[in-house]
Amino acid sequence: MASITLRINGKELALDIPSDTPLLWALRDHLDMVGTKYGCGVGLCGSCTVLIDGEPARSCTLPASAVEGMEVTTIEGFHPEGGHPVQRAWNDEDVAQCGYCQGGQILSAAALLEKNPDPDDAAIDQAMAGNICRCGTYPRIRKAVKLAAQYKSEQGGDA
Amino acid sequence: MNRPIHDPGRRAFLKVTLAASGALLVGVQWAGAEDRAAAGSTWKPNLYVRIAPDGQVTIVSKNPEAGQGVKTAFPMVVAEHLEVDWKSVQVEQAPLDDRYGRQAIGGSRGTPDGWDDLRIAGAGALLMLRQAAARRWSVPLDQVSGRDGVVYHEETARSHPYQDLLADAAQLGVPDVSELKLKNRPEQFELLGRFVPGVDNPKIIHGQALFGCDVRKEGMLYAQYVKCPTFGGKVRKANVEAVARQPGVTHCFVVAGTDRLNGLMPGVAIVGDSWWAVNRARDELKVDWEANHGDSSDGYAREAAKLAGTDGETLRQDGDVEKALDSAEKVVEASYYYPFVSHCNLEPQVATALFHESGRLEMWAPSQNPRGARGLIAETLGIAEDDIHIELERIGGGFGRRLTHDYMVETAWIARAVKRPVQLQWTREDDLQHDHYRPAAWHHFRAGIGSDGRMSAFDHHFITFGRGGDTISGASLSPNHYPAGLVPNFRLRQSLIESNVPTGPWRSPGHSAYCWAYQSFFDEVALAAERDQLEFRLDLLSKAYGEPPLDLERTAGTLRKAAEAAGWGRDPGPNRGLGLAFHFDHGSFVSHVAEVSAEGNRVRIEKFWSGVDCGPVLNLSGARNQVEGCIVDALSTAQLEITFANGAVDQSNFQDYTLATIDQSPEVECHFIQGDHPPMGLGEPPIAPATPAMTNAIFAATGVRIREQPWSKAGILV
Repeated sequence: MASITLRINGKELALDIPSDTPLLWALRDHLDMVGTKYGCGVGLCGSCTVLIDGEPARSCTLPASAVEGMEVTTIEGFHPEGGHPVQRAWNDEDVAQCGYCQGGQILSAAALLEKNPDPDDAAIDQAMAGNICRCGTYPRIRKAVKLAAQYKSEQGGDA
Repeated sequence: MNRPIHDPGRRAFLKVTLAASGALLVGVQWAGAEDRAAAGSTWKPNLYVRIAPDGQVTIVSKNPEAGQGVKTAFPMVVAEHLEVDWKSVQVEQAPLDDRYGRQAIGGSRGTPDGWDDLRIAGAGALLMLRQAAARRWSVPLDQVSGRDGVVYHEETARSHPYQDLLADAAQLGVPDVSELKLKNRPEQFELLGRFVPGVDNPKIIHGQALFGCDVRKEGMLYAQYVKCPTFGGKVRKANVEAVARQPGVTHCFVVAGTDRLNGLMPGVAIVGDSWWAVNRARDELKVDWEANHGDSSDGYAREAAKLAGTDGETLRQDGDVEKALDSAEKVVEASYYYPFVSHCNLEPQVATALFHESGRLEMWAPSQNPRGARGLIAETLGIAEDDIHIELERIGGGFGRRLTHDYMVETAWIARAVKRPVQLQWTREDDLQHDHYRPAAWHHFRAGIGSDGRMSAFDHHFITFGRGGDTISGASLSPNHYPAGLVPNFRLRQSLIESNVPTGPWRSPGHSAYCWAYQSFFDEVALAAERDQLEFRLDLLSKAYGEPPLDLERTAGTLRKAAEAAGWGRDPGPNRGLGLAFHFDHGSFVSHVAEVSAEGNRVRIEKFWSGVDCGPVLNLSGARNQVEGCIVDALSTAQLEITFANGAVDQSNFQDYTLATIDQSPEVECHFIQGDHPPMGLGEPPIAPATPAMTNAIFAATGVRIREQPWSKAGILV
């Protein structure tokens, strides 16, 4: 067992867990933060995407102990008031079917827009290809990312 | 053919009660032999609408939600008829409750089954509120209208919000259902037919607890269940004591299980205080399995090749196929093969259960047919169905997988043993290697072309899978499937390969696989007959020999619509091609045109134009989403295969079962035909014709005819 301190969604949280525990399971089973999803356990599907210092990362293969001192953002902590352009666009385009992968999709899309405020289809495809959607909502994800870019530019890009 | 919306002899009654809280509860009760049988001894009115004294309108959604959109579309039907503001409505997920009758999603039956109940509940409640107001104001009923949760009398400018009339309405005699004005047509709709975002979106975009795996209970333990890689293999010996001593592990025990491939298979349960602790302990587990068969894909292929040279069992024969083939101008012959595939829901199988000391079992699970799950659990555990309560969690992908409840009966069994709340969470590997697969099949076709360019004969040898002489789940083909009834001389022959692997319904069972074979072969026949693909198919649909296998007019309508939208007949340019296909299943008609571009053997599916006839569209967003999703699913699945060696699955995770990603996804343009028919489901029908539309377009672009799936077998890469 190891005592670690994580900074998640702006809060310091102390945990006593086996040192190899992936961040995903630290979140789900020890912190009851269930928004981050298990899909494959080997970093291939993107359901477990979180942001580490703003960069998308696969929490299922990342030991929690490796992100001590870094800023972890999960879907629960990502603009809980819902005003982020990506969240608004995801609702307005009604992207989700089952919805299981969408937390990860939203975080990947938000990270993309931080770097590229006006991505074309090719840029969207490249940035989002690591997030599998078994329901096949890809046509809508493309639309929603573009809508989010528009929302973001309308509000001055400060979201 | 269409299933009648009103079963003859069925009659609906409205049921209205005033709750102690002052809320008005409106339900619907059916009187018919089938309804009584379905509901058993607990036959009571269900509850669809609750109007609280503070005006809050709650609409109950009875069916499980797997992403097909019923949790939004069904309450929209009620709200449309109740005349309430959609934004103010709350939607509540019902648990499994016999009062609701069928609570299953599968066969795209949710929409047609729910349509009457939902309209009656909404319209009935509105009529009673209007009657209560008319009586209070002493004005004729037809001068009283409801709008946005308020009843108005325009002439005297009087109004009452619905909540002021609840007690009055409850005292009225309930109206006869035949008096209700039920909307049928898109032009009558105000809310229905619009693009309405899903009611669970706020939870989804904020990552709030919603799915089966999100359930958390006080003192809950986590479990895995390890089964023999060879389906149904028994445990001879396992080092359960050693595993139980691993850190964080609370229990490890052998489950003898049953012989049912779709029930509780033998295995070893590992339970602990976190899933990760259980997962690590699993590495230490050593089991001596008694494997009982050695099925392999190679063996299946050898058997199929042998059977291809036999006559098979004739399932249907019209006219004289051999004679017609002999006298045909041309004979076209081709064979098609598709492999086993997995459902591969993104949420691996999961369920949570608490077995109370009283003997009551409480469960929280994603299930497409919770009543079926309850029956299986009751039988396996030897407990009464009345002692089992199941809450329906949002399903992280259905596709037919959650119609089989192995994961739920495993959870229930473990819960009884550990006497604490326990969540069983399968690994991705468990999920891929213990699915109930869509079965493979071989189709050997011969078609004769007459001097008029039409198909004069169609001979089909279907080689599929069986056990004990019957086809296994998902492996059958209706003898009346087209082109039966569309050609004068027709024969369907069937041969069975014995299989021990679990199979089950996979999105649009059968259709999603064999439509590709039929519609690809039609392409080959049309080419041999030197006819345009569209014209050939419309001609095929223009004449029936005996009972037509599908509604020819509606099918042709979707084909024309898709072709027109795509600009069929145009030259798409070099290394590009257009392909089309039609199909009918589960009550809805769908045709697609696909456009493909090619660079060498690498293809890109550029765009789809879809012609869809599912009757009136309830939620435009949900309907389009199903069409788009089915197309991506078809593209994804056509690149995949599950293979077996020594009785076990070769693939284990996404590295060797690689689902399609966004960069492969086409653009989709969807056109709905909303004729004078009741609404039907759309969770399945768009998938079947999507695969052949793509492969026919690939042929047009590259000259490569794909006759085997995955496409990589034909050298085509996506």
